[in-house]
Amino acid sequence: MSFPWAEHYTPKNPVMKWVDERLPLPRLVYNAVGAGYPVPRNLNYFWNFGVLAGVALTIQLVTGIILAMHYAANAGIAFDSVEHIMRDVNSGWLMRYAHANGASFFFIVVYLHIFRGLFYGSYKAPREMVWLLGVVIFLLMMATAFLGYVLPWGQMSFWGAQVITGLFAAIPVVGEPIQTWLLGGFAPGNASLNRFFSLHYLLPFVLAGVIILHIWALHIPGSSNPTGVEVKGPQDTVPFHPYYTAKDGFGLGIFLIIFALALFFAPNAMGHPDNYIAANPMSTPAHIVPEWYFWPFYAILRAFTMDLTIPFTGIVIIEAKLLGVLAMFASILLLFFLSWIDTSPVRSGKYRPLFKKFFVLLVIDVFILGYCGGAPAEEPYVMISQLAAAYYFAHFLIILPIIASIERPDPLPGSITEAVLAKSTNKNDDAADAVPAAAAAE
Amino acid sequence: MVRFLGGLVGLFFAGMLLLSFIWGAVSAVPVVAEYGKFVPPTAEQEFHKHPMQVAWSFSGPFGKYDKAQLQRGFQVYSEVCAACHSLHQIAFRSLADLGYNEAEIKAIAKAHQVPAIDPNTGEATTTEGAPADKFPLVYPNDVAARAANNNAIPPDLSLMAKARHDGSNYIHSLLVGYQDQPAELLRKFPDAKTGEGLHYNPYFANLNLAMAPPLSAEGQVTYAEGQPKPTIDQMAQDVSAFLTWAAEPKMETRKSTGVGVMIFLLFGTVLAYMAYQNIWAAKEH
Repeated sequence: MSFPWAEHYTPKNPVMKWVDERLPLPRLVYNAVGAGYPVPRNLNYFWNFGVLAGVALTIQLVTGIILAMHYAANAGIAFDSVEHIMRDVNSGWLMRYAHANGASFFFIVVYLHIFRGLFYGSYKAPREMVWLLGVVIFLLMMATAFLGYVLPWGQMSFWGAQVITGLFAAIPVVGEPIQTWLLGGFAPGNASLNRFFSLHYLLPFVLAGVIILHIWALHIPGSSNPTGVEVKGPQDTVPFHPYYTAKDGFGLGIFLIIFALALFFAPNAMGHPDNYIAANPMSTPAHIVPEWYFWPFYAILRAFTMDLTIPFTGIVIIEAKLLGVLAMFASILLLFFLSWIDTSPVRSGKYRPLFKKFFVLLVIDVFILGYCGGAPAEEPYVMISQLAAAYYFAHFLIILPIIASIERPDPLPGSITEAVLAKSTNKNDDAADAVPAAAAAE
Repeated sequence: MVRFLGGLVGLFFAGMLLLSFIWGAVSAVPVVAEYGKFVPPTAEQEFHKHPMQVAWSFSGPFGKYDKAQLQRGFQVYSEVCAACHSLHQIAFRSLADLGYNEAEIKAIAKAHQVPAIDPNTGEATTTEGAPADKFPLVYPNDVAARAANNNAIPPDLSLMAKARHDGSNYIHSLLVGYQDQPAELLRKFPDAKTGEGLHYNPYFANLNLAMAPPLSAEGQVTYAEGQPKPTIDQMAQDVSAFLTWAAEPKMETRKSTGVGVMIFLLFGTVLAYMAYQNIWAAKEH
């Protein structure tokens, strides 16, 4: 993981020197997360969430591997084996609640990480590859989370599997055979549960592999920063260790406190009660809802209520259900093209007055979509999600390119150091005017 | 090119959504005009009640189970609920949590017949339970359960307190909530009359359930000397507490572990904050 501007590693300890000459692992660590990785000095707390996502994945791997030692992937006994873990396995309740809540917290930190990237323009050159790999990670996470939710074989597990694989059934002609092939039967059953377990165990390791590529790609240009101005010299950076290891250590403490509050005092708050009822193919739950982290996408899926027809002929070109499925996938896949859709040369949203307003709208919009996705599929939620979903697509595909061409960005600071010093001068002088000195200097 | 194609895709999806919205709004107008809301009102919507909130001993981050209450609840379960409802996730040995000693648990297990194999003939039979056994099923299968209960299956109660929203309060409210159907309901929704063999209960999701009121008279269960008077409300609270324990037997361990973890994490985070401040002290950022 050597990158163009890493500090050269000179081991002080003879053992490290010996190891490094034979396997340059100490060098790798030094250059990746050690004193050999120069990082912009002005990163704010939003830059903690990458490390926190890594911690969340580690929690999932450790608890998941232990759960797999006690869980039985068999439709006849899967539900009871989870209860066995909860009641009879030593600290089994802790492992299982940590894993279930850990999934939610993994998504919380990853969503914050994604929105950090969206606001500060982390997807722009030269970091496109970091962003692309990030979207791949997000897709893998969603697949893994869905597969994992099926494993307890409760009512929501079963009917969730039915609904999500049913999305593929919307594809014309080959749709239903595809669903049958995915499930290994005409309805979720033992074959589905076994393959879902197998894939749920596999994908996190694929995820870990892509995360390594994500971090590797990050280390080529180095971290971005809140001003979006590239590093111009050594005065702009601090070594990752000890500066950011210390800051990440504090961030990790805050994260673990919030995680532990949920885990120990409200472990079922983010789950659905119906999943404590064993799967029953003969009884459909009143409202089938996925886990909260899928709600915005679920709202987009259900927002399409009209077939695409040739007017006045009644000939249906695309059915509403297929439109919803296409839109749901498109809502994530469009992120792949973001680097080329938003052509504004200014990276950070901080200096983009118009972009900033629409970004706030997008955040509100996604919350509205999330709320509608968790609500029953009836009015007025469907109508609200139609407007919100329309804004979602318009924001990324229409509004962003327009902003890029009409916006007059605020003046950028000359360098990271200039921005940092301007901020602290302002603070010291208790200056009332909001215009940074750096902006005036430009 | 990417932006052009992306724009077209955006226009297409946004356009379809806006058309759907307009269509939805147009079809919603007559409904809203008639009822003043988006969905025609139903009896469930207007008459369903959220559970009453009980001050449980196990509420809050330091809450603990009241063992005497759990034992009373177990007594109510055994004498009333167990006639139809199983508890098949729970082993007799777990009853030690309620404060029973080994001899008492053996006696409780012994009073239940559990499935076994006849050692001489190899045929299926039953035998007296041992502490390691789980509570046996009441009915051999769902068909038998339906046949004995007017076509309704009495659900297993092991996880009931977690399988409903606000489960502990829900069970209590359901048990004390039976009443006659309100006249207002019948006036507004004449079709929603409680059917034959069903019982009106506003705490039940669709208002009518097959289970007859299980707790019908004060003193239905005789509590031991020195325990509270077995009113219907008291019995309902006790059995809800017992079923909460049944669903979440590790709650006390979980909460006490949590308190220790919080103290550790708060201490560690303060140290981490001080380290962070110390390291960055000389660096403007």
